[in-house]
Amino acid sequence: MKTKSEFLRKAAVKAGDKIHRAKILKAITTYTGKVEGMKSAQYHDWQQARSLAAQTKNYVLRHLPDLLEQFERNITANGAQVLWAEDAAEAREHIRRIFRERKVRKVVKSKSMTTEEIEVNELLGGEGIEVLESDLGELIVQLAGEKPYHIVTPAMHKSRQDIAALFHEKLGVPASSSAEELTMAARDHLRSAYVTADAGITGANFLLAEGAIVMTENEGNGRLTMSCPPVHVVIAGIEKILPAMENLALFLPLLTTSGTGQQITCYNSVVRGPRAAGEQDGPQEMIVILLDNGRSAMYGEPEFQHALRCIRCGACLNACPVYRTVGGHAYGTTYQGPIGSVITPHMRGMAEFSHLSSASSLCGACTQVCPVQIDLHHLLLKNRAKATEEKRGVDLWQVGFAGWARVMTSRKRLEGVRRLAVAGEASLRVILPHALRKRLPLPAKKSFARLWQEGAGR
Amino acid sequence: MPSDQPLSLFIPCLIDQVYPEMGFSMVRVLHRLGCEVRYRDEQTCCGQPAFNAGHQREAKTVARHFIAVFQDDEELVCPSGSCTAMVRNFYPGLLGDAGRKQAGAVFEFSEYLARADLIGKIKGSFPAKIAFHNSCHSYRELGIAEVPMQIIAQIDGVELCQPAGEPVCCGFGGVFSVKFSAIAGAMADTRLQMFLDAGAEVVVSNDPGCIMHLRQECTDRGLSMRILHLAEFLDEAMADHAGGRQV
Ligand code: SF4
Repeated sequence: MKTKSEFLRKAAVKAGDKIHRAKILKAITTYTGKVEGMKSAQYHDWQQARSLAAQTKNYVLRHLPDLLEQFERNITANGAQVLWAEDAAEAREHIRRIFRERKVRKVVKSKSMTTEEIEVNELLGGEGIEVLESDLGELIVQLAGEKPYHIVTPAMHKSRQDIAALFHEKLGVPASSSAEELTMAARDHLRSAYVTADAGITGANFLLAEGAIVMTENEGNGRLTMSCPPVHVVIAGIEKILPAMENLALFLPLLTTSGTGQQITCYNSVVRGPRAAGEQDGPQEMIVILLDNGRSAMYGEPEFQHALRCIRCGACLNACPVYRTVGGHAYGTTYQGPIGSVITPHMRGMAEFSHLSSASSLCGACTQVCPVQIDLHHLLLKNRAKATEEKRGVDLWQVGFAGWARVMTSRKRLEGVRRLAVAGEASLRVILPHALRKRLPLPAKKSFARLWQEGAGR
Repeated sequence: MPSDQPLSLFIPCLIDQVYPEMGFSMVRVLHRLGCEVRYRDEQTCCGQPAFNAGHQREAKTVARHFIAVFQDDEELVCPSGSCTAMVRNFYPGLLGDAGRKQAGAVFEFSEYLARADLIGKIKGSFPAKIAFHNSCHSYRELGIAEVPMQIIAQIDGVELCQPAGEPVCCGFGGVFSVKFSAIAGAMADTRLQMFLDAGAEVVVSNDPGCIMHLRQECTDRGLSMRILHLAEFLDEAMADHAGGRQV
């Protein structure tokens, strides 16, 4: 209940904040313009690319256990270590142990939603380990003491002026700095960290069953994060698997076209393992933590399984009119927007998070843009039905709809209720909840049915 | 294609209870185009409000009633993309074979005009700057895109002022607009602004839910902009053309 009332409160505040709405709309419109341009520039047939990607991901899901084992076998053969984490607690425990054993005091981290999911920063803070975000967007939200606003562009809600003010306060740069100067300031802030850090943590955009992790980025900081420090820890959801390198030809451009409207990101790294004998660089150790954290529960539900096709491109957030209205922080979840509202109730509990599935007009804009054809808005609908089924105790909506169904199965009953409603309209309105009172229109004096009986329309 | 049976009117509950004039506008337009219609007054609602709120059992009960009412009718016309989508796209999953049979019989108003090849016969005038608000269900569930605009463009005096971009949700979403009224209201505000920026004087839509929501937003903002149902728009346009209304 608390999660829900928090959402309602935050969403209402943001919904009324026109400056926020204009800022987000401007940022998103810039992206969506690029995305649409790139779809037509880069693809003969975008729809076919989507369906091919969906099919590939379906194949992956059908063979998921097998492909994960292949991944483990192959990357272990390359010298990496694989650990499995059933939930966030186990993943945190792995990390705690790894860092304690190696006496890690300082960590650089590059953008990874899975680390947000298991709250790595909070964990490391508690261990007295210093954490530096190397992704510019993540660094901005870290300095501001906030959570990522968007799964792809974590600082989307900050204008250049906001960032300049923040960097002025935290890093001492002039408040009038240009975008380039700000980027340089961030770079200076980070560069020394790569060589002094004891470990680097990254996520992965894809895991290749043939034994590699794949990371896409635009700044090159991720590459430094995984190659400079002596230990590289990767945290990735088990659904991130693709069979082989050749699948990247489809998936890398698909991801960036949908996410940021780029042909491909500036840096794309395929890492097969730690530094091998005779190699010049790379970490001495590479440890991949495969995170379940509710994913196999979704995997076990045939109706919802295909949500695991998600490649976290962020397109559904940008397309969503609710996201555009309430912004990324109102959700109170790691994954915001439509995909977050679909998967969070499964990953973290239907009772606590099903309100997110209801917080949608079911417009379907998300489904239309999803590059792996996830039926997002229909999954929201299915979540609602599931939440109703699982609900315990008295629910006013349930009582209301039961009464409604009784009325709506007979014209006579409907006209009867209607007569009462019209007669008692004024007093009835008073007892209705405020939102209903405001949004419920006045019933017409006579129904269509009644007017028709009286001869209208003939 | 269209049969000899009279066309059966499927009047959504919102029109039945709140906006009966939209229903009668549709009837008049169909009459003027030479269609014979029938109305079964046992009909109430398609079940969508409960279905979208996740109350499947109640939705099923009401959907069964719907099927019982319309079982003998070959073609139904409905002035709502959303209610049409409920029957066409969701009845099969909800009710199996019976749902599938019903699904194939329902057509949204503009869809029906195109299907029965009646668009060319529409003559009227409505001198105004018009924008069309396609409901999300009409656009994404039914795939209705160009037809309503072709219909509107056919009317003399119309200047189409369509905002750029795909159809954008107005924020109605049934129970959503009650449960999350602040979000829904802000969405309507955004949508309305798009129409104002495009210079539209009148917004025409094919869904009574969107119309109710946008009208509410106009009231809240103190705007006099007209939000009309496609049927109301055509009714007015054709009445002027024919030199007076015929009922
Ligand atoms: S659900 Fe689809 S659109 Fe949304 S983030 Fe995942 S892949 Fe992208």
